[in-house]
Amino acid sequence: MSKEIQIETPLTDGQIDTLRAGDQVRINGIFYTARDQAHKRLCALIETGQELPVDLSGQVIYFVGPTPAAPGRCIGSAGPTTSSRMDAFSPILIRAGLKGMIGKGYRGEPVRKALQQYKAVHFATLGGAGALLSKHIIDAEIVAYEDLGAEAIRRLYLKDFPAVVAYDAFGGTVYDR
Amino acid sequence: MRTIEYDTIVETVARLCIEACYNLEEDVLGTLQKAIARESNKQAKQILTQLIDNARIAQAERIPLCQDTGLTIIFVEQGADMAVSHPNDRPKATLFDAIQEGVAIGYERGLLRKSVVTEPLHERTNTGSNTPAIIHHSIAPGDNLHITIMAKGGGCENKSQFRMFNPTESKETVAGWIVEVVNQAGANACPPFIIGIGIGGDFEQCCLISKKALLRSLDSKHPDSFYAQMESELLATINRLNVGPQGLGGDTTALAVLIETAPCHIASLPVAVNIECHSHRHKSAVL
Repeated sequence: MSKEIQIETPLTDGQIDTLRAGDQVRINGIFYTARDQAHKRLCALIETGQELPVDLSGQVIYFVGPTPAAPGRCIGSAGPTTSSRMDAFSPILIRAGLKGMIGKGYRGEPVRKALQQYKAVHFATLGGAGALLSKHIIDAEIVAYEDLGAEAIRRLYLKDFPAVVAYDAFGGTVYDR
Repeated sequence: MRTIEYDTIVETVARLCIEACYNLEEDVLGTLQKAIARESNKQAKQILTQLIDNARIAQAERIPLCQDTGLTIIFVEQGADMAVSHPNDRPKATLFDAIQEGVAIGYERGLLRKSVVTEPLHERTNTGSNTPAIIHHSIAPGDNLHITIMAKGGGCENKSQFRMFNPTESKETVAGWIVEVVNQAGANACPPFIIGIGIGGDFEQCCLISKKALLRSLDSKHPDSFYAQMESELLATINRLNVGPQGLGGDTTALAVLIETAPCHIASLPVAVNIECHSHRHKSAVL
């Protein structure tokens, strides 16, 4: 088990160059949430040459649909959803400037290729530990697609968010066994 | 004939939905503790510890264990000598209406995520209430009403599989396929898993008993020694896959393998594998 690496978002190419599959990281800074339906809408906009509701250049998307926030809290339970459901969409977003994603589980070959070609990284975090992970989210605000409810795009501010580099920008993966 | 108040059922279902999503069952916590003691992979040990921390935070700070608070599955066993009172304003309301109302109230009051869409392929509009819940109803002797709710996450349900085998197939072939299903579920379905297995019945009964199997205590053994042995052999084989917690390797890919069987047609050997994530949320009440 390697030492934890501190990461700030937005991600730079220099930072991505240093990350290898299996590295344990703590992430600080802004993340955007998006799941299936938000991905579908974002990619439809890109493919028809329209402007996105959020600028994703250099940004990181967290695949999450949180529970409603209790009074006095910014978010409810907020763990990752299955990454592979976003496989059809992620290469399009990576080509448009997305630099990182965080979810749980495997990514397909087109995503792995896009990570290498455009220098981006995919992190995995603790599936089924939404209560614990919510403690590392200190701000949350809906910025697009409010009609999607839990699936709306939120801007999150993360503090010491625990994750592991699941797929690096050099073709490496933590899941080879 | 005993009568149970409609509103009592509504409130009970609402409470069970909330409690299931905030408080992990003792048998799951105990099995996680034992897994930590046995686990040889340092990172896996750390993840299992984080899962126990997660349960502690969920209970102490009232944050749902997982953001996917599930599709609600209700097993209701109605005593043949009991009936449900009708609310004054809805003389035709039934036991099923009370259950659906309880789910809607529980998910709203408990700040649980509503994860049900009206129809699957076209608009996929969220119903906004986490209803309809899926209700499995049965009749039993007596005048009690047994209600069990399960909050079943989508990630693990997506990796569940069903297969028809030839009736002459060996136990080893069936077991080999089950292990492969678990291996394919891998990191995507939030290991360590609880594996519910249905063997026998027909197409739909087989899947149903694979889900019912998940309601057994994780420490329990199948009453038939043949299947009890199959459970322990499968658990040992699955835990040698090195999928591990979160799919990052380790000795703990499953916490339990639970088999349920049913009589079946001479031509058939149906087998269903219902994958359940470590956030195994279910609660029961008897009225």
